[in-house]
Amino acid sequence: MAKLFEYQSKEILKKYGVKIPEGGIAKTADEAVSIAEKIGYPVVIKVQIWETGRKGKGGIAFCENKECVKEHAEKFLGKEWGQFTVDTVLVEKMLPVKQELFAGFIIDDATAQPVLIFSSIGGSGIEEIAREHPDKVAKMHIDYIRGLYAYQAREVARKAGIKGKILNKIGSTLAKLYKAMKEYDARSLETNPLAITEDGDVVALDAHIVIDDYGVYRHPDLGIEIAREFPRPATELEKIAWNVEKNDYRGTFYFIQMVTDVPKDGKHIAFHGAGGGGSMMSMDAVLNAGFKIANFTDTSGNPPASKVYRAAKIILSQPNVVGYFASGSGVASQEQFHSARGFVKAFLEDNIDIPAVLRLGGNYEEVAVEILHTYLKDLPVKVEGYGKDDSPDFCANRLKELVEENERKPHRVVPHKEFTPKGTEYKIETMTGAIYIDHEVCKNCEEKPCVNACQYDVIELKDGKPVLKIDPEEAKKGKCTECLACEIACKFHGKGALYIHLPIPGLREYREKIIKKQGA
Amino acid sequence: MAILIDENTRVLVQGITGREGRTRTRLMKEYGTKVVAGVTPGKGGQEVEGIPVYDTVFEAWEKEGPIDASAIFVPAPLVKEAALEAIEAGIKLLLLVPDRVPIHDVLEIHAYAREKGAKFIGPNTLGILSPGKAVMGMIGGRAKSAREWFKPGPVGVSSRSGGITSAISYYISQAGLGQSTIVHVGGDAVVGLPHPEIMKLFEKDPQTEVIVMFGEIGTSQEERVAELIKKGELTKPLVAFIGGKAAQKGTRFSHAGAIVEGNRGSWESKVTALKEAGAIVVDKITDIPEAVKKVLGK
Repeated sequence: MAKLFEYQSKEILKKYGVKIPEGGIAKTADEAVSIAEKIGYPVVIKVQIWETGRKGKGGIAFCENKECVKEHAEKFLGKEWGQFTVDTVLVEKMLPVKQELFAGFIIDDATAQPVLIFSSIGGSGIEEIAREHPDKVAKMHIDYIRGLYAYQAREVARKAGIKGKILNKIGSTLAKLYKAMKEYDARSLETNPLAITEDGDVVALDAHIVIDDYGVYRHPDLGIEIAREFPRPATELEKIAWNVEKNDYRGTFYFIQMVTDVPKDGKHIAFHGAGGGGSMMSMDAVLNAGFKIANFTDTSGNPPASKVYRAAKIILSQPNVVGYFASGSGVASQEQFHSARGFVKAFLEDNIDIPAVLRLGGNYEEVAVEILHTYLKDLPVKVEGYGKDDSPDFCANRLKELVEENERKPHRVVPHKEFTPKGTEYKIETMTGAIYIDHEVCKNCEEKPCVNACQYDVIELKDGKPVLKIDPEEAKKGKCTECLACEIACKFHGKGALYIHLPIPGLREYREKIIKKQGA
Repeated sequence: MAILIDENTRVLVQGITGREGRTRTRLMKEYGTKVVAGVTPGKGGQEVEGIPVYDTVFEAWEKEGPIDASAIFVPAPLVKEAALEAIEAGIKLLLLVPDRVPIHDVLEIHAYAREKGAKFIGPNTLGILSPGKAVMGMIGGRAKSAREWFKPGPVGVSSRSGGITSAISYYISQAGLGQSTIVHVGGDAVVGLPHPEIMKLFEKDPQTEVIVMFGEIGTSQEERVAELIKKGELTKPLVAFIGGKAAQKGTRFSHAGAIVEGNRGSWESKVTALKEAGAIVVDKITDIPEAVKKVLGK
């Protein structure tokens, strides 16, 4: 889920008319000081990270003067915090607090409704507070079509022990918070504390919003780089992977690095699942076989071969892994030869140097396995394909044997060569790349296997040359599914005149850096 | 008998002219599903696989008569509109196939479905299949595989993972048994008919003698199934497997629903709750057929 920083969450609340303390964000100590000087003391300085409980871990400081602000801002900025490096602090006016409250909105999967949880005595450890002080905490399920009215919110606050005039301000604040949650596609929204100040205002002193990944596209203003759950900021390779996924709705591709710097311990493997449940089952199998996974990847929901190819290329950008394991549920509804061709193209291009076990069970698995075994048999290492009657455990143990045979040699990343056309090729643009055909070379080819390989009837022979059969716009819109069959047919059964260029922005540069680091 | 669909269910396909809609319509038709009409706004008058296409769901109903169920294959951002239209037109069972439907859209569909007495499966579902009768969605991929992999029988299957839905059912068939209905409830955090609702339907279905459930970390579905057993609302034997033992807190492993937040929905919490309630929880998916056979005394 896409988490927002406190200051981003507060900007949203402000838009909806919820009061927040005066202040601003700073990236340097000088900026922090100038904000403090402007708003006046006392101020509070807070590190901006995706974790709660900052106070207990020393991530919040209270200051009465400029020296104190400078000292703490310098201490905070650049500090390693879990998997984070702090690059922003929030400087805010400190307000005199009369009473700390808590307001949280989450989505209850059991009722499929948002729920408001409100406490009149703050909310750190809200579950415990609710148990120990049931009269101070109240909950309400919200009818999604009607929304949350202020009068309903007042009733919730009353049940939690709030009395008097302040009920009005609390009620309207809660209704505004809910509106923000709904309109920003939030999975959850919390203000802890929400405070009643000495002046009688209701102010959100802290705020924490998590946006639903699938709703992020409706909020470009948030500038969320990757709409995926990450426990830390995304790595460079994860960003490259996300760029592949972002604009290609055909199937899904998920990539996360479990280890960003894979050690040469002979235990880490590259992991490539297919389908959520199948991936988890397969991950359990490799862990049981004594492996560790360098990354978790899932290509599922009927992705085209081009997406699987890109996924494999990204996965193979991790040095030191000793094996490659791909496995899904085993009984996939999708045609398995698409994935097989994606693997073939990637493994051949990289001349893969670690053994691989690819479990491609499901529809047309026999075709998929044959593709792997036919076209990858001349690699320096073994690549074995399996189907639905071979269990994940069997396959994981098979990989173990192959890795042993290969003496647990670590993978070495090779350069990602970008294809440079000569300029004289015949070109067909596809959804995410282009097919280049050198018709000069085609002259010497009698079989023209590319045309027969095209399952979707996209290319045909004209004057003895393979050319586009359909409207170029249609091909680009997806009629050519980038199944890679023509390229493999041409490479092995023709003259090698056809190449499908599938760019992966940033990968060449990334691999160059890795190669430099991995040395000779 | 079976649950949710059978050979008499009259099915509509929304988004029938798209890549997926077209392919899956062929599968459904070849398997024996009664697909009566399709809808793609602006493409009314065409035919797909011999099935008439209409501009709106209302029009399809008007011309083809009552429709029992709709399979929705439109892109994720358009799912909400398609679902609301189907519900308003009077359809009582929807299947939302697409992945990446915003959760707030699902909440809105839920609220409206509740108001109109409609039910929905998904989003992010591979579909439902009653062996030998009908399929909605894409389970099996092609009719030939679906016939080979799934056989009519006494086992009800409910799963939160599409691929595993097929895998479990295939293992059951390999063991010489068969399924009453196979349901992929969907991989998202909020789905229309979660496990507990499917359990209630299997409980009432005379064909179903034993239920197999594939659960996952995240959400409260499995814990609520355990409660159903404790309350006596689910009396048929349940064989369960919970995936995601190795997963880390806060990290998502593919399914949007499979994320552990705090202690809610953890692997331990689900396994403990189910075992305490008396369900049979197996350690490996491949152990399921043996456990089922034992329950059936075979």
